[in-house]
Amino acid sequence: MTEVITTDRPEADQDPSPARLIVTLALAGLISGVAIVGIFEATFSTIAENKARELREAVFKVLPSVTQMQELAYLNDQLMPLPQGESAEKTIYAGYTEEAKFVGYAIPGEGPGFQDTIKLLYGYMPADRKVVGMEVLESRETPGLGDKIYKDAVFVGNFSDLPIDPVIEVVKKGRRDSDNQVDAITGATISSRAVVRIINETNEIWLDNLPAAGSEPEMPAKSDEVAHD
Amino acid sequence: MTESENRDYNEFIKGIWRDNPVFVQVLGMCPMLAVTNSAINAIAMGGATLFVLVGSSFLVAAFKKLIPKQVRISCFIIIIATFVTVADYTLLALVPGVHKELGAFIPLIVANCMILGRQEAFASKNTVRLSVMDALGMSTGFVIALFTLGAVREILGAGSLFGISLFGAAWEPWVIMILPPGGFLTLGLILLVFNWMTHRKQMFMEKVAEAQRSGS
Amino acid sequence: MKQRDPELLLQHAPFLRQGMTTPTAMGDVLIALTPATLAGLWYFGISAVLVIGASIAGAVLTEISFSGTERRGESLLDGSGLLTGLLLGLTLPPGLPMWMAFLGGVIALGLGKVIWGGLGNNLFNPALVGRAFLLATFPIAMTTWTTPDEAFWTFRATNFDIPFTYTEIDGLTAATPLGLMKFDQQATPLSNLFMGSTSGSLGETSGLLLILGGIYLYFRRDLDWRIPVSILLTVLVFSAILGLFDSERFPAPLFSVFSGGLLLGAIYMATDPVTSPTTPVGTWIFGIGIGLLIVLIRVFGGMPEGVMYAILLMNAATPLIDRFTQPRVFGHLRGDND
Repeated sequence: MTEVITTDRPEADQDPSPARLIVTLALAGLISGVAIVGIFEATFSTIAENKARELREAVFKVLPSVTQMQELAYLNDQLMPLPQGESAEKTIYAGYTEEAKFVGYAIPGEGPGFQDTIKLLYGYMPADRKVVGMEVLESRETPGLGDKIYKDAVFVGNFSDLPIDPVIEVVKKGRRDSDNQVDAITGATISSRAVVRIINETNEIWLDNLPAAGSEPEMPAKSDEVAHD
Repeated sequence: MTESENRDYNEFIKGIWRDNPVFVQVLGMCPMLAVTNSAINAIAMGGATLFVLVGSSFLVAAFKKLIPKQVRISCFIIIIATFVTVADYTLLALVPGVHKELGAFIPLIVANCMILGRQEAFASKNTVRLSVMDALGMSTGFVIALFTLGAVREILGAGSLFGISLFGAAWEPWVIMILPPGGFLTLGLILLVFNWMTHRKQMFMEKVAEAQRSGS
Repeated sequence: MKQRDPELLLQHAPFLRQGMTTPTAMGDVLIALTPATLAGLWYFGISAVLVIGASIAGAVLTEISFSGTERRGESLLDGSGLLTGLLLGLTLPPGLPMWMAFLGGVIALGLGKVIWGGLGNNLFNPALVGRAFLLATFPIAMTTWTTPDEAFWTFRATNFDIPFTYTEIDGLTAATPLGLMKFDQQATPLSNLFMGSTSGSLGETSGLLLILGGIYLYFRRDLDWRIPVSILLTVLVFSAILGLFDSERFPAPLFSVFSGGLLLGAIYMATDPVTSPTTPVGTWIFGIGIGLLIVLIRVFGGMPEGVMYAILLMNAATPLIDRFTQPRVFGHLRGDND
């Protein structure tokens, strides 16, 4: 006697058609896409604001008595304000007083530190050829040692009135005998040198290209405060 | 307590101790080691994971009948990735400082095998209610583990908890604790203690069982 | 020492009785380290006693508290905890707070030995595990070198820091010869390195006494001469080759050998029988690897000293080296395992 093997299977176990699979995935993707666009739209303005505020605060920190700023870039070989919504490869920031008088530039620079890239912003006053402030924006230096490049007020203070000519030098703590020298942090010589090297290298890129004193781009009317990043 | 409430409770409580995702299943090690250098980072990461896990479990359990099993993993990942993106943008907008610290590890929640594991092992086979209880239990267990590690590392590594100094300025921080090796060391020692306690309990239960047998 | 004690030992005659046991070997190493330890006392005074004492106390107390009651006496008697503490102490800077040295001893024994299953089962040299932990944990205290030329009874204030605190020293510190070389391109005279009147860790400053101890160990057959010899030769040759390219920038070969913890590491730590390969070819590979790593880390790395990491890295490679250098069993073909 031969037993008939049933080929009938319950409905649920049947292989769904490829079309069903594709439709399911497409639907899932579609819903997910809509959700992501939604959250992006909802948070975009806050995120952009946060970034712009962070940047503004950093610029105001490295340039004394500055209350307004704008982003500058080389367009057609001329340093000019970056139009709203556009982006350029290399930009710097110009800081102005309340009365829209030019004070100096805040120049972003980056380079290798002890562990990872250090990103920093420093204030530069072309009139005195001096660095007047330095703020580390991003770094992964060793906690307790290398992170003193932004936690140690004495080290950061080195950059508050620092002539850049001929170049900025790093010397051992307590051996400072010239204005253009910076006291290294004990035990974190490499991080200290990295900061100074970044500033020197960035200076080389920018300083020769800055407009002559007095012909810096002007701050547009007060109402049009620049807030893009 | 009714039977269903009892079941809810069981699904919730198992994630906290018996099946703790970190201490027992040893899952989700990447965020566990990477972002627990301070208590606040640990809590933020735990919160983001909780949000993603509960949301995904809810959706997966609700739509499990509509998802063909051939494409279930892809669907789970799409659902999880959506929640992760939502968490990512929300954190970036609300607490940019914490987001900067957590960095790449928020998007990497997608790859946290604990989350996909719960969908595959539980949510795709159980009711919405039980799945949410399970997800809540598991992520609470995860948060507890993250916080334990983060607190130990921050206290030793920075002498503070949630940024509040505990021992004053004289405290010499154990720098290693907020570096990656400190994560491995602390996690290893916590696992050691956890296993030791489980072992002790087992020995005790065996002894009790033996005493009962010989007594009866 | 590599294998667990067998339950039942079956062997062919003839049997040779060897006088060497763990306690005698450890005793020999302790004797060999005595001159260098005394030199540490001579140069750094009472600080050396405090730091080495604290690290030994940490190591021995940990060993006792983690040994089962039945093994307690045995593990104490074999002297390995004492030796680990002493070796760790010799690698520490003289101004280190005692509590840090004590903690180092606890970590060395706890994470370096006990957790692996005790003597003979550890992958890494316990003393170096303790030092690596301390260096990563307290980078400032571990790289602050007080000068050797003070009177014997000078109590360095930092030695007595209350546990969990540390006061940074302002004056009276000096860069080690390696630090001077790396950051200021300034070489230290060889005679100072040889006699030990430089700043540095307690037991690493005098090359002469370390070598004397090594020779003693060699004649007592406690030491595989291939390891220190291959390390020293590799460092000499590699430094000489680098010197051909730029003798200004790279340190001279002899300076490389006598500066820092190289001799202490090569003679007393790399030769630890538990964590070094067992086959002759393996020991050569091991030593050459350490030598290359030392020069690479010192010259191209961010830190002035690299002996510790070089030895720890090669410790990790030891099981692999042992596996690849097993001699062929007589009568078997190459690649034939059983």
